Amino acid sequence: MRAYLIRGARILGGARADLSLRDGVIAEVGDGLAPVPGAEVLRADGLLALPGLVDLHTHLREPGREDAETVESGTRAAALGGYTAVHAMANTDPVADTAGVVEQVWRLGREAGHCDVHPVGAVTRGIEGRQLAELGAMADSAAGVRVFSDDGHCVSDAVLMRRALEYVKAFGGVIAQHAQEPRLTEGAQLNEGEMSARLGLCGWPAVAEESIIARDVLLAAHVESRLHVCHVSTAGSVEIIRWAKGKGWQVTAEVTPHHLLLTDALADTYDPMYKVNPPLRTSEDVAALRAALADGTIDCVATDHAPHPVEAKETEWTAAAMGMIGLETALPVVQEAMVETGLLDWAGVADRMSFRPARIGRLRAQGQPLTAGSPANITLYDPASRGVVDATGFASKSRNSPFAGLELPGRVVATFLRGRPTVLEGKLT
Amino acid sequence: MKRHLISAADLTRDDALLILDTAEELAQVVDRPIKKLPTLRGRTVVNLFFEDSTRTRISFEAAAKRLSADVINFSAKGSSVSKGESLKDTALTLEAMGADAVVIRHGASGAPYRLANWVHGSVVNAGDGTHEHPTQALLDAFTMRRRLGGLEGRQITIVGDILHSRVARSNVLLLHTLGADVTLVAPPTLLPVAVDTWPCTVSYDLDAVIPKTDVIMMLRVQAERMNAAYFPSVREYSRRYGLDARRMGQLPEHALVMHPGPMNRGVEIAAEVADSTRSTIVEQVANGVTVRMAVLYLLLGGSVPANPAEEDS
Ligand SMILES: [Zn+2]
Repeated sequence: MRAYLIRGARILGGARADLSLRDGVIAEVGDGLAPVPGAEVLRADGLLALPGLVDLHTHLREPGREDAETVESGTRAAALGGYTAVHAMANTDPVADTAGVVEQVWRLGREAGHCDVHPVGAVTRGIEGRQLAELGAMADSAAGVRVFSDDGHCVSDAVLMRRALEYVKAFGGVIAQHAQEPRLTEGAQLNEGEMSARLGLCGWPAVAEESIIARDVLLAAHVESRLHVCHVSTAGSVEIIRWAKGKGWQVTAEVTPHHLLLTDALADTYDPMYKVNPPLRTSEDVAALRAALADGTIDCVATDHAPHPVEAKETEWTAAAMGMIGLETALPVVQEAMVETGLLDWAGVADRMSFRPARIGRLRAQGQPLTAGSPANITLYDPASRGVVDATGFASKSRNSPFAGLELPGRVVATFLRGRPTVLEGKLT
Repeated sequence: MKRHLISAADLTRDDALLILDTAEELAQVVDRPIKKLPTLRGRTVVNLFFEDSTRTRISFEAAAKRLSADVINFSAKGSSVSKGESLKDTALTLEAMGADAVVIRHGASGAPYRLANWVHGSVVNAGDGTHEHPTQALLDAFTMRRRLGGLEGRQITIVGDILHSRVARSNVLLLHTLGADVTLVAPPTLLPVAVDTWPCTVSYDLDAVIPKTDVIMMLRVQAERMNAAYFPSVREYSRRYGLDARRMGQLPEHALVMHPGPMNRGVEIAAEVADSTRSTIVEQVANGVTVRMAVLYLLLGGSVPANPAEEDS
């Protein structure tokens, strides 16, 4: 394996230093390091060195919807976005609810080699919300599943949710809940409020998310287990999570880049590019989510990268698929929403996009500090660059980006996965 | 005026008055033995109906034909659309036919906005889901103006399923633009969350509002709303929010009773009220054609006079 010497990067936005990468690890960090024989030297003046990003919430669509995304194309997009690990959601076809399916996805990830793929196991068989899937078998499989989720659907049955939380304690698992009370959201299209009233679209009320989160934090406390809340989208949810954390309960939460930047006002022309679940909310919610990510109430940013083919969005709003892609724009969006606003520094970004999500997913080789001896998972990022997002250039197979056409700061220059570059000069290697 | 008429909010006060005044001129044509004007000769109007609504389709068709436009009726029922062809593909077909205007009725809110991305002609919203029905609001305003004179300062009460009503949305916007004061009356379950952001007042008490009402508009209430727990029973709904002879007696002498149709007699409106002289329900249908003529003329006709015969006299 080739050695690399990264010269003069600012580590987590702090002091300039050289990083020497050898045999998959960071061999040395310091000033004026000499390259080892055969090492390639990368000038990184003005670039930030961040730990390789970790996504807890990615839809890679394989198996089943290879027209929208594959493990290959999705992990290419991840690498270009600065990610070295993604968690592949279970709502594939067939559902990732057996050791066989999670091992298949895990193996496809290894073969593609652009970033680590950690399959998420379904909580219930077929994501039908009736019987537990074989959680233990998935945990014991080669994929070593620790995160379980019926994402796309809520585990709405309180008994099933309680049992799932209890059961995964045996192997250090966590239940990642898509919090959506199903009866309160039948036919729901858009945040219930001024926009849904004006547009005549069935409302998705904040209370449908908040009531499930309130129930789940109490269940997690009762059985002393770990709960992770997917894509928190409302100010009220933040309050409940803050309260639960104050009690010392094992509750973690994520927010998506789109919920940090966009509001439901964008739905006013009925462009389904802005249709997503949970829906875009109001500017008050966006402000509360940003503050919660800044103070750590929300632990991490997760993309909820949800690819869809063109025809799924070129239609009426109510007929369109929900979801948006986000791997290739996540870091610029977080810079725009959190760093440019002064809410988070780059050490904070590293914490929320790498260290904490890796801990939640129990990944030992990811989300490590950029010090000698750590696995060489590194993202080099140019925060001074600015550009208009061009979705046609994405590595993702899909184009459903709500950020296309927006001018955003920052650019991923290089990504290293265990010392091997997956991206150099902003291009896949 | 904007190129499309999709929402009543597209109309400024001047636009709305121009449409109503033009309709007034055109109404005289309807009274003549030959009801046709050459204004839109050579122009093509497509009626694109994804929902059954014979009344609205016939009204638009008559309006376009009286202006000498070529009319193509494209009903989605039984066509390639019901076999899964997308709205976009349908739009591209209409483009190939050279449609100058597309009148669209669709079950999905916002479908006319989507269509407007894919066709060059003017898009006229003939009712989209639970969003809007602007020509219905225009014909209602036309009817009110004919009976009451101006609308400035008039008290208009709209009663019923506001949450699911495209007629209510368009009427609130248009009547506000024209200077009327609108009050919505409904059980709280049938009012949208955030209705307080609309330019109108809200009441749950019909009897309190009736004595100061100049126009009362009753909306159709579907019995299936009962199953979704919007109200306990049709009987209870009718007692609390229906317009019966007793309540009609509490209205001021000059007040009008309107209904966009189709009516549920005995639910939101009693038969004797629907058939009373205060009721404008039959008139609303006739006015629909002239108002839609005015809309098509103003969107497509440009500068030629609406009624050349008028110019001669
Ligand atoms: Zn989800």
